[in-house]
Amino acid sequence: MAAHLSSGRVNLTALREAGRRELREFLDKCAGSKAIVWDEYLTGPFGLIAQYSLLKEHEVEKMFTLKPGRLPPADVKNIIFFVRPKLELMDIITDNVLREDRGRSPQRDFHILFVPRRSLLCEQWLKEQGVLGSFIHREQYSLDLIPFDGDLLSMESESAFKECYLESDQTSLYHAAKGLMTLQALYGTIPQIFGKGECARHVANMMIRMKREFPGSQNSIFPIFDTLLLLDRNVDLLTPLATQLTYEGLIDEIYGIQNTYVKLPPEKFAPKKQGEGGKDLPTEPKKLQLNSAEELYAEIRDKNFNAVGSVLSKKAKIISAAFEERHHAKTVGEIKQFVSQLPHMQAARSSLANHTSIAELIKDITTSEDFFDNLTVEQEFMSGIDTDKVNNYIEDCIAQKHPLIKILRLVCLQSVCNSGLKQKVLDHYKREILQTYGYEHILTLNNLEKAGLLKPQTSGRNNYPTIRKTLRLWMDDVNEQNPNDISYVYSGYAPLSVRLAQLLARPGWRSIEEVLKMLPGPHFEERQQLPTGLQKKRQHGENRVTLVFFLGGVTYAEIAALRFLSQMEDGGTEYVIATTKLINGTSWIKSLMDKLEPAPF
Amino acid sequence: MSRARADEEEYWHSSKFRAFTFDDEDDELSQLKESKRAVNSLRDIVDDDDDDLERVSWSGEPVGSISWSIKETASSSTSSLEGRDSSLQKGSSSYAAFPKQVSSYSLSSLFKGRNKLPSFQSLSDALSDTGVKNYAPELRRPKAEYKDYSSDWSPKDTVRRMQRGKICSLERFRSLQDKLVLLDEAVAGHDGNVITAVLIFLKRTLRREILFRELEVRQVALCHLIHFLKETGEQKLLLDLLRFLDRTEEVALSQYREHLNIQDVEKRREFLKGCIGLPFSAEDTSHIQDHYTLLERQIIIEANDRHLETAGQSEIFRKYPRKASILNMPLVTTLFYSCFYHYTEAEGTFSSPTNLKKTFKIPDKQYVLTALAARAKLRAWDDVDALFTTKNWLGYTKKKAPIGFHRVVEILQRNNAPVQVLQEYVRLVEDVETRLNLGTKYKCHDVVIETYKDLKDRIQLTAYKCRVDRGSAEEEKINSILNN
Repeated sequence: MAAHLSSGRVNLTALREAGRRELREFLDKCAGSKAIVWDEYLTGPFGLIAQYSLLKEHEVEKMFTLKPGRLPPADVKNIIFFVRPKLELMDIITDNVLREDRGRSPQRDFHILFVPRRSLLCEQWLKEQGVLGSFIHREQYSLDLIPFDGDLLSMESESAFKECYLESDQTSLYHAAKGLMTLQALYGTIPQIFGKGECARHVANMMIRMKREFPGSQNSIFPIFDTLLLLDRNVDLLTPLATQLTYEGLIDEIYGIQNTYVKLPPEKFAPKKQGEGGKDLPTEPKKLQLNSAEELYAEIRDKNFNAVGSVLSKKAKIISAAFEERHHAKTVGEIKQFVSQLPHMQAARSSLANHTSIAELIKDITTSEDFFDNLTVEQEFMSGIDTDKVNNYIEDCIAQKHPLIKILRLVCLQSVCNSGLKQKVLDHYKREILQTYGYEHILTLNNLEKAGLLKPQTSGRNNYPTIRKTLRLWMDDVNEQNPNDISYVYSGYAPLSVRLAQLLARPGWRSIEEVLKMLPGPHFEERQQLPTGLQKKRQHGENRVTLVFFLGGVTYAEIAALRFLSQMEDGGTEYVIATTKLINGTSWIKSLMDKLEPAPF
Repeated sequence: MSRARADEEEYWHSSKFRAFTFDDEDDELSQLKESKRAVNSLRDIVDDDDDDLERVSWSGEPVGSISWSIKETASSSTSSLEGRDSSLQKGSSSYAAFPKQVSSYSLSSLFKGRNKLPSFQSLSDALSDTGVKNYAPELRRPKAEYKDYSSDWSPKDTVRRMQRGKICSLERFRSLQDKLVLLDEAVAGHDGNVITAVLIFLKRTLRREILFRELEVRQVALCHLIHFLKETGEQKLLLDLLRFLDRTEEVALSQYREHLNIQDVEKRREFLKGCIGLPFSAEDTSHIQDHYTLLERQIIIEANDRHLETAGQSEIFRKYPRKASILNMPLVTTLFYSCFYHYTEAEGTFSSPTNLKKTFKIPDKQYVLTALAARAKLRAWDDVDALFTTKNWLGYTKKKAPIGFHRVVEILQRNNAPVQVLQEYVRLVEDVETRLNLGTKYKCHDVVIETYKDLKDRIQLTAYKCRVDRGSAEEEKINSILNN
């Protein structure tokens, strides 16, 4: 079930186990049979921690989705709400509780489990509605960092960037620090902390403070991580705006990966047996889980999409050959051996079939004219061409009313690559956007401006070319098939964030002081004392382990680039990645858009 | 790919970018096909009854996963209890557990002062018919318990306890000094939950001016309060605060945002009118003004057109019934609408396209694109023609387009314009390569043939022969050119 979590350098199964234990303990507090009412957003992340069977072992008999109205009449002793601390959810819960039939017997007890934290604000809200007293247990389940894969952790906090950079609400940073404390409790104190950005500074401060305040946390576990690197998303606003060109990145760009699952159009996954096809083509989307438990996926996900086809065809040949073996199996022993391999071969075959279909779906899009044009403009901007005037393609897209998010991604990209747009250019874009998509989007444009994504060039100086050259962000000779540099993940552009991680490992940040000063926020280094005896004595040739924490989100292409660095033969560093949320340009911009419809309540 | 291949190649060779293309020697598409074939051929060998590694329902949810189980258990939950007379059983056991609910009394002291009924009242109301009376009035909690909560926690300890989710009374922080120390402690802890809780306490116990003044020098706390007020919809206090801080633009935007909650268009228009005077930036002010003018316009057009439509006397509305109202649509959509239904109207009417163009200073390019799309949709080719025809003072006519004729061709083509119309505009495409490509793509043979003729390109012209129908006029034309 979770074997892929232990495949990496750090065994993340332990973290998952800790999560499961806490969940069991809470369930056992509510004695007797229970029904769980789920905030739908949470089922995905919880699914990565536990299956229904675990809940069932602890007398969870029914599960419902949270929605207004009367609760379903399940015959259980306890009703437990699993919710994020959000006011609109509190309103639904209030409705549920008020409509509960007081006369029913036996009466059902109510409890709330806040994920990841209890919120006094929410409890006050419930109190004002007059239902707070109806809950026997009100507790929190600190699902701070959820293991997604052997080298990947996420808090899945979708509004973290918006809260940190737009609303200056640092609660998600507090959770990040909490999550890091949990990690240190399990994997030892991390001796070195580096960081860049305001939020990084805050998180480091909180960690140091927490450590001081809970001296009990001084543990005697041999440290597994050598270094922690905290990076603010707003140090690198550019990378998420560009279209990711790795296999996994493209799947996410086009279909959106949620909690390791992706929903795909069903046509390409039609029923397998010929003759049956056609009559009942599935209309529901096909849902697949994507993680390193699947051998083939682990191999291709971080490749540039242009290199995926050749791997798939190679695999096809190998599998075909393996099946051919059956003709050569003569003796009973040989046949037996063939049969024993069948399950593995079947799994490999179905995995190959799925990824061939996905690759075809993606290819339809990447070969379209519009994808090509869009990418051309992105690459022009990133390499510094014509970033200071109104772009024709963007204008055309507005005229043809392409999705607003696409327009915003491009305009923001241009702005970031030009250290802000000339006032005249900015005004022109704004006007076109408002006239075509509606004046109310003035609110969204304002948010983008506040977040620094879309702004007028104030200093009159464009720093981007210097940053680009010093950090070698644009590589002309990119090799997509057999990459020798991280720039392969965007077919030319090397993600700034990952470049910073790479340069930190070697030769160190001292070599790029000047550029670091141009990027927002402070950069710093902290050391955490280890008790004697726990100091690491590295074996010759043993790699260092660095945890890179992206505050405000990380893209799959950046993850791919870090994995590429981990695998470099003379790299010397292996990376584990943590983040507040897995993002792409679209989901990111969306999180910053002003919600234009009033809430349903 | 529809764009000229040669164009692209030249582009990629002349510039320093690498194209994201697939036509390397190892053609990707053929590779995909290959693996697809292999997969298919294997199906015959392994007769598979989906016994994949995990049991997975079609939607891909592993059987037994949480989201799968929600559906399962929800659908099977029939009302086993309903209909049973439950009021008869006064389950003493569950009521016995009742006092437990009182576990966190002091939270209420945190949030007192709102004029709503305390929670217990409503709960007791709900319980009254069951005859249970053992609920305690809120204030009379056991002495011991009370003591515990009011014990002397320092601000630091209080914040720390709250961070751990424990309950603390804040009432004992009476002086302004104490309260501010508490707030600063909370801020230093970075836990937004605790900061907000302290702010709620301060908001309740401090005079507004003092609260505002103190927050002005505490930016983090200030941000939290603003966020909190937005969340809870305390618009009035929010605006007061922003005004106090002199953040006038934010006041304006925040107030403007309110219009989204107004459903009634008349009221919304009135509201927008009030927004015009708000202190926006100069650029934004003109947008807000436009927003108001647009809605005002739309209301007039809508009333008029609804009347026309129901009367049934206007041909255009009979032939193309409106799919939706024009209210609250963006400006460009409104322009399209007016080019569709009101194209010929004099500039004096509110619904005429030219009037819209003038009022909102719509750029030529935008206007032509929209008008073209609308008229092409109606297949009004004469209007399309007129759109691009200009006369000079000698009376000569000339074709001109602010958007490039290749774009015109694309838009016409998307609206299924006949070849005769298309070729008019293909002919006008300046760039020879583009013209040839478009001509070939949309079968505007005459244009292609003439272009090759002008280029004196016998080879291409000969090659083109296979594109035209055998024995057609086009073939004859090619032959006659070649023979000359």
